[in-house]
Amino acid sequence: MPVASPPPKPDVPGPVRARVEGLGEWALLKLERLGFAARFFLAILRFSGLGIRRFGLVMREIHFAGVLSLVIIGVSGLFVGMVLGLQGYETLVRYGSAEALGTLVALSLVRELGPVVSALLFASRAGSAMTAEIGLMKATEQLAAMEMMAVEPLARVVAPRFWGGVISMPLLAAIFSACGILGGYLIGVVTIGLDAGAYWSQMQAAVDFRDDVLNGVIKSFVFGVAVTWIAVFEGYDAAPTAEGVSRATTRTVVTSALVILALDVLLTALMFRGT
Amino acid sequence: MADLIPVRLDDVAFGYDPSKRILEKVNLTVRPGQIVALMGGSGCGKTTILRLIGGTVPASAGTVSVFGEDVGVMNADALRRMRSRVGMLFQFGALFTDLSVFDNVAFPLRECTNLGERMIRDLVLMKLQAVGLRGASTLMPHQLSGGMARRVALARGIALDPRLMLFDEPFTGLDPISLATIGRLVRELNDALGASSIIVTHDVQESLQIVDYLYFIAGGRVVAEGTPDGVRASEQPFVRQFVRGEIEGVVPFHQQAADYRSELLAGAR
Amino acid sequence: MNRNRMLDLWVGLFVIIGIGALAFLALRAANASNFSSEPTYTLEARFDNIGSLKVRAPVRSAGVMVGRVSAIGFDAETYEAVVSFNISARYPFPKDTSAKILTAGLLGEQYLGLTAGGDAVMFKAGDTVRLTQSAVVLENLIGQFLYNKAAEGKPADAKPADANPGEGKSAGEKADDAKVTDSKAAESKTTDSTAKGGKTRAAKGAEGSQ
Repeated sequence: MPVASPPPKPDVPGPVRARVEGLGEWALLKLERLGFAARFFLAILRFSGLGIRRFGLVMREIHFAGVLSLVIIGVSGLFVGMVLGLQGYETLVRYGSAEALGTLVALSLVRELGPVVSALLFASRAGSAMTAEIGLMKATEQLAAMEMMAVEPLARVVAPRFWGGVISMPLLAAIFSACGILGGYLIGVVTIGLDAGAYWSQMQAAVDFRDDVLNGVIKSFVFGVAVTWIAVFEGYDAAPTAEGVSRATTRTVVTSALVILALDVLLTALMFRGT
Repeated sequence: MADLIPVRLDDVAFGYDPSKRILEKVNLTVRPGQIVALMGGSGCGKTTILRLIGGTVPASAGTVSVFGEDVGVMNADALRRMRSRVGMLFQFGALFTDLSVFDNVAFPLRECTNLGERMIRDLVLMKLQAVGLRGASTLMPHQLSGGMARRVALARGIALDPRLMLFDEPFTGLDPISLATIGRLVRELNDALGASSIIVTHDVQESLQIVDYLYFIAGGRVVAEGTPDGVRASEQPFVRQFVRGEIEGVVPFHQQAADYRSELLAGAR
Repeated sequence: MNRNRMLDLWVGLFVIIGIGALAFLALRAANASNFSSEPTYTLEARFDNIGSLKVRAPVRSAGVMVGRVSAIGFDAETYEAVVSFNISARYPFPKDTSAKILTAGLLGEQYLGLTAGGDAVMFKAGDTVRLTQSAVVLENLIGQFLYNKAAEGKPADAKPADANPGEGKSAGEKADDAKVTDSKAAESKTTDSTAKGGKTRAAKGAEGSQ
């Protein structure tokens, strides 16, 4: 019986092939952008000298990224701590270990919620503003004007913003955690009436300085680098139009959120495995 | 140095994308003390020429020389030195929105010189006085009208006493009074500084009043050039069309497209 | 100039608040003063069963924290758990110190308890603690209790009239078993008192059955 040979395939791009090609193109584009972002990161580091020599430039950005985020970070931290206090108490009291509330609140905040939530807030408060600012400076030719005045925009505009964000982030995360612990105290001790001594001593027994607090600080530092890097890159790379800037701002918030959460998984796995 | 040719472009070609050239072959010269206008339709690459001169983009072919030096072969240091002798006024001023008028004008002085703060203050006030805006020194850019912003940017552009000024559409979007003011300032400052200027514009009437020489650019080439009087008298079709603002002429009204009738019918099918 | 000074002031305040928050976390929440960078020395102890002891669990002596468990391993030749722990260099322990794995409260976290002996020679870094006692595994305890209860069931059936003392005895035996594994170092007051109560009752039960 003769085997029916399949008809010869036409060499025109079918829908599948077109889709695969489109996918490949998309991947290449993303890869190229990532490469550009990495090059940009190195350029920021190379042009950081001016910001160090004239620290006033970085101070301005710490003011912008840090001081102006203080209220939202502090208040959010307080609320998150209060919610942790309420929910934690509800759960712990079933197992008769309500006095472990301090431990629960402090560990959740110092290890996870402090760095992560403050980084998310930071990305949407300061990161998006950084992107919009740099994007608009590009759209209105301020960056080009700077370049024409023999001033390197990376050194004068981008690097100080980057360092301002990187310095602010760990401090903001610490403030967030501290406010959260106070929020948990307000709910657990002041409202519910747990013993204040138990709240603090249980916390101190369980929270380790190096493993918990320092790791939390390292986390927030990494998040700070990631978020400000994304923010200044998106701003610098934005299409110089109103639409381009608004897209870049959105991208900053979305990418930052994803990167923060992904990095958090990675860092948590590295730091707290087996403990 | 005064005798060096401030700007000279020899057979310059440029395209962001190699397959699509914006400039094909441009030759132009700016002589010391001259104000030269570059004219042409929107998107013909006039602003690109300014960027080539400023060294922010490299020419694909040909040489761009500023004060006798080839911009294409300059290293970062030489580029910086060249740029500190060049002032540029951007289309909408490009003032730094987070700095006050005073700080905007002081910006190049603070960044590029080692002058003391008192010296800088005096210089800034002098520059602002020159453009008539000393009284606005504490305002922020968003409090300024378009014309005032342009004048502040002009003061900032001349802060380092440049030998060459580049103007990117300085007349766009201004009322007639502001327009005349800017035009006069451009001429006065150019002469007072002993500098040379290039103005990119499509405002024919205003530029005919103040410039010494005009180049018309179309299709990536210089299609016509001449002194203001020569241009006014020119019978060259492109210059006539441009100077008189006629819709139909050598520059067609319609973008190149498929046959109108067949395209409409194709849609109806 | 004035604006700059205000800005510096705010940034300074921000940095102070941030560092204050860090200090708060370090001292108030984590008690960093409770040795974090103090010099320590490492000891080792082998156990048949470590229960749910974890790395970083506290090491206590007389209820005071003196160190932390640094590593937990498994010896494939002796099938024993090898627990390494760091002790603050401030606290030397004699060579005949014993190590036990204890539980804070009934269901709390497990920790390593050290009971100092009377030897004049002190441990050196890297030494192994010879006297060890494994963790109390609650399941085993319950299993043993049930087994004993079942074993008692027959004599209790034989003498149904004497049910009361029999019950007392079984409780006593349970307490005795707990004592064997948990030893007298049981910390929690409640555990201690029940153990004592159990003992007295066990004694009574023994008298009664005789």
